[in-house]
Amino acid sequence: MVITKTGIETPTLWFEDAVVGDELPEVVKQPDTRQLVMYAGASQDFVAIHYDRKVAAEAGHPKVIIHGALKSAWLGELVTSWIGSTGRLLELDVSYRAIDFPDDVATCVGKVTETRIENGVGIVEVEIGLRNPEGAITTPGRALVSLPTKTTFS
Amino acid sequence: MTTSGTASESVITDELRSFIGLESRPASYDIERHAVERFACAIGDPNPLYSDQNAARSSSYGGLIAPPTFFRSLLPGGYTNPFPEPFAHVLDGGSKYRFHEPVRVGDHITVVRKITELFEKHGRMGAMLFKITEISYTNQHDQLVATQATTTITYGIGEKDGGVGDH
Repeated sequence: MVITKTGIETPTLWFEDAVVGDELPEVVKQPDTRQLVMYAGASQDFVAIHYDRKVAAEAGHPKVIIHGALKSAWLGELVTSWIGSTGRLLELDVSYRAIDFPDDVATCVGKVTETRIENGVGIVEVEIGLRNPEGAITTPGRALVSLPTKTTFS
Repeated sequence: MTTSGTASESVITDELRSFIGLESRPASYDIERHAVERFACAIGDPNPLYSDQNAARSSSYGGLIAPPTFFRSLLPGGYTNPFPEPFAHVLDGGSKYRFHEPVRVGDHITVVRKITELFEKHGRMGAMLFKITEISYTNQHDQLVATQATTTITYGIGEKDGGVGDH
């Protein structure tokens, strides 16, 4: 998925602006149980460990836990808000290594790990993750995006 | 966590194994503006491309699109025979998305899933079944718009959690 024209838009992020080691602007979330219920409804994921404390306890959790897929949605937002509407998200890999809980602060972080031109298109790889209040990355991942290059669009 | 010892204690029966490679029934969805808006609101993403028609129209997309993980709300169809889930509890292990085309409001998306791999591990919670499923999303122009490979982990005995096996 590569854009062939930017229309009347001016890109907010050019390929040339993404440098290995650059950190993405953080996206900070602090969901309450109500938001988990909203997500359950919007995504049709009604597994009860996300809203019923008793079911969560039976499954071995100290309290209700955040949907893994909600965490990947936030990591998606981390990347798409960084690239803007003239970049394209090509790949998003997310791995739920540890559980996270509502009411905790969850910080989505990312860093550019590789940039290259492929068939005239600017391709950028980023390492992403969700950081819990203890500073641990519970949900590591990676994303691949394409960005407009100045030579193509200006 | 170590992998399972002998084959005799494997939870992966021939019946479970027979599901590898089987395609589910297709499920089809009209991508409705308000479903996209509701999803964006539920994940707390204020991006105007998901809700502001004018902003979306003047963007390089030319109209409203769905957030990348909106696919989670488009449940695949079931298998002809239900997957005989041996465990009671479910954990999502992760997803790998590949995006080829944007999903636009007004699109018609068909979803098909296929189990590609089953393996087991033994950990703190006892035996766990890992199921890798590849889900494809195809639009009304027969374009493969995205794929999602999911890892689903099930474990534990007892009464099954509601919703186990849906995703």
